Amino acid sequence: MLPDKRGYFGAYGGRFVPETLMPALEELTQAYQQAQQDAAFQREVSYYLKHYVGRPSPVYRAAALSKKIGGADIYLKREDLNHTGAHKINNTVGQLLLARRMGKKRIVAETGAGQHGVATATVAALLGLQCVVYMGEEDIYRQSPNVFRMRLLGAEVVKVSSGSGTLKDAMNEAMRDWVTNVRNTFYVIGSVAGPHPYPVMVRNFQAIIGEEAREQMLAQRGALPDCVVACVGGGSNAMGIFYHFLPLQEVKLVGVEAGGLGLHTEQHAATLNAGRPGVLHGAYSYLLQDVAGQVRPVHSISAGLDYPGVGPEHSYLKDSGRVQYITATDEEALEAFHLLARTEGILPALESSHALAGAIKLAAQMNKQQSILVCLSGRGDKDVPTVAKTMGVELI
Amino acid sequence: MTGIEHLQQTFAALRERQEKALVTYVTAGDPDLTTTARLMQTMAQSGADIIELGVPFSDPSADGPVIQRASTRALANGTGLAEILHLVSAARPGLSTPVVLMSYYNPVLQYGLTRFCQEAAAAGVAGVIIPDLPVEEAGALLAAAIPRGIAVIPLVAPTSTTQRLAKIVAVAQGFIYCVTVTGITGTSQSVTEEIAGLSRQLRELTELPLVAGFGIATPDQAARVAQYTDGVVVGSALVRLVEQQGENSLQAVDQLTRELKNVLVGKNW
Ligand SMILES: Cc1ncc(COP(=O)(O)O)c(C=O)c1O
Repeated sequence: MLPDKRGYFGAYGGRFVPETLMPALEELTQAYQQAQQDAAFQREVSYYLKHYVGRPSPVYRAAALSKKIGGADIYLKREDLNHTGAHKINNTVGQLLLARRMGKKRIVAETGAGQHGVATATVAALLGLQCVVYMGEEDIYRQSPNVFRMRLLGAEVVKVSSGSGTLKDAMNEAMRDWVTNVRNTFYVIGSVAGPHPYPVMVRNFQAIIGEEAREQMLAQRGALPDCVVACVGGGSNAMGIFYHFLPLQEVKLVGVEAGGLGLHTEQHAATLNAGRPGVLHGAYSYLLQDVAGQVRPVHSISAGLDYPGVGPEHSYLKDSGRVQYITATDEEALEAFHLLARTEGILPALESSHALAGAIKLAAQMNKQQSILVCLSGRGDKDVPTVAKTMGVELI
Repeated sequence: MTGIEHLQQTFAALRERQEKALVTYVTAGDPDLTTTARLMQTMAQSGADIIELGVPFSDPSADGPVIQRASTRALANGTGLAEILHLVSAARPGLSTPVVLMSYYNPVLQYGLTRFCQEAAAAGVAGVIIPDLPVEEAGALLAAAIPRGIAVIPLVAPTSTTQRLAKIVAVAQGFIYCVTVTGITGTSQSVTEEIAGLSRQLRELTELPLVAGFGIATPDQAARVAQYTDGVVVGSALVRLVEQQGENSLQAVDQLTRELKNVLVGKNW
């Protein structure tokens, strides 16, 4: 299946990086291909996913929420119940086991919401690898619980103050580190973004989400879901849950981007809805940019979606029409957050709240016989300070 | 004369005089385009053999903090490719030194590769260096640049394999930009360790001039690196002077350029 040998999904993807990194990407591609064909490596990944991460994560029928909406039956794929609280751990287990196999002792990562950073720091601690995480100043401030978690796990968290002080700037800085230390360092990218082979590798490590969910839906409901919904920042949890549904044309697939303060403002991160193709962070993909090709500042209440780019496979899926991409605003995500908390006793991550907001809109237009599967990509503990602030509540 | 010919002529003349090339880099539009024009004239008069102008980009991930900040300042002034091409075009009559542009790929891509090469050739730009465009992705740019005589100058790194070097030199024009360190632009301590081996490998593969850059800041470093190459690029050290002195940096830039060029002439290389 896609991508082609040069890492292109249709017109999107490729490798737009300094020459210094090209040999490392070639080495990684080869090592990953070998690992994929190695049963021992696959067993090792499965072992940690089952006994350490806690997979399979449940699919839960959100009966009370569905009743409240009065439309389609909503199911939640509970990635929030994974160790460290999000889908990000699926990918870091895979990539860090690969790093160890390649003999790399030093790990660098970038993080927005901190979930990828925490997941990387966690597996680095588990495998005894040195770990450095780059994080934007703005994100350090709004995701402080995760910053402390990373430090407790032994990782060095480096504050990035350049640019907007968010995920894209952390990614620039991680790339600078990687260029400088490429001979002994493994760069763990946290989404289906970046140069080939990252988009395909991260998608494959995350595809377990949809593979499990498809079987669980068939077992629990006796039918495939009519619709699968996930949030899209870089797009890894979405690719993870979509991938095994792609060939099943009867299943509608919907990605939800961060609408921020609304698409009529500049304050959003809806790359596929409002961007056009360009090159950033090693790949040709949709990008929020001005006419001159400068990357536009973006905004989302959710640090994990606050990114001007998107994984190249999503650009391909958008153009082909197989996946529909919609948006949810900050306000809609917050409403969904509170609704799930009150109806089901689950605090979703603000990223996942976007998926939920999208699903709620869709469910209302569907009937009770139909079903929607939502990727609940992470739990909302990290977002409690942010949500409190929107409510004008001061935490002690 | 095309851009490629202009670079060939420059290196031929340098070889005749037994000199090494001094390539000086500043970011266009930092602190403003008027100053950039004056810096170009100054550098040319003080001994620069090739002038490299940086096209500012919002996310310069191959650059260190000095050039990153220069980019930010230039963008705050609204500096774009059209203005930079206009600047080169305006400077051309009084400037015999070749000008090459260093840009990240996206601004050039969004401008339109054909339009960019057409206008660059008309403005008298000799070549273009794109740090995030490896040889595998350069096909479309090469197709637009070659017929217009614009050199697409590739970068090679200490990590490049022999196989990759062969692939790169096969499409190279003008000169080859050897990255001195595994790292980003900026100053560095040990610039000669990697370049020795890299230049030895390249000499067996190509006759094109080799120019080393990234991390060269002082005349002493320039002299040491130039043993192995046909020239050196100095960027961050000059940009830092512009950062510190803005419009008034001409004298300091003049002095450093002279000191750098001084060590690249009159030696038995
Ligand atoms: C819980 C959660 N969901 C989603 C995302 C967005 O990432 P992606 O779009 O790659 O799934 C993040 C990123 O930080 C996250 O923490």
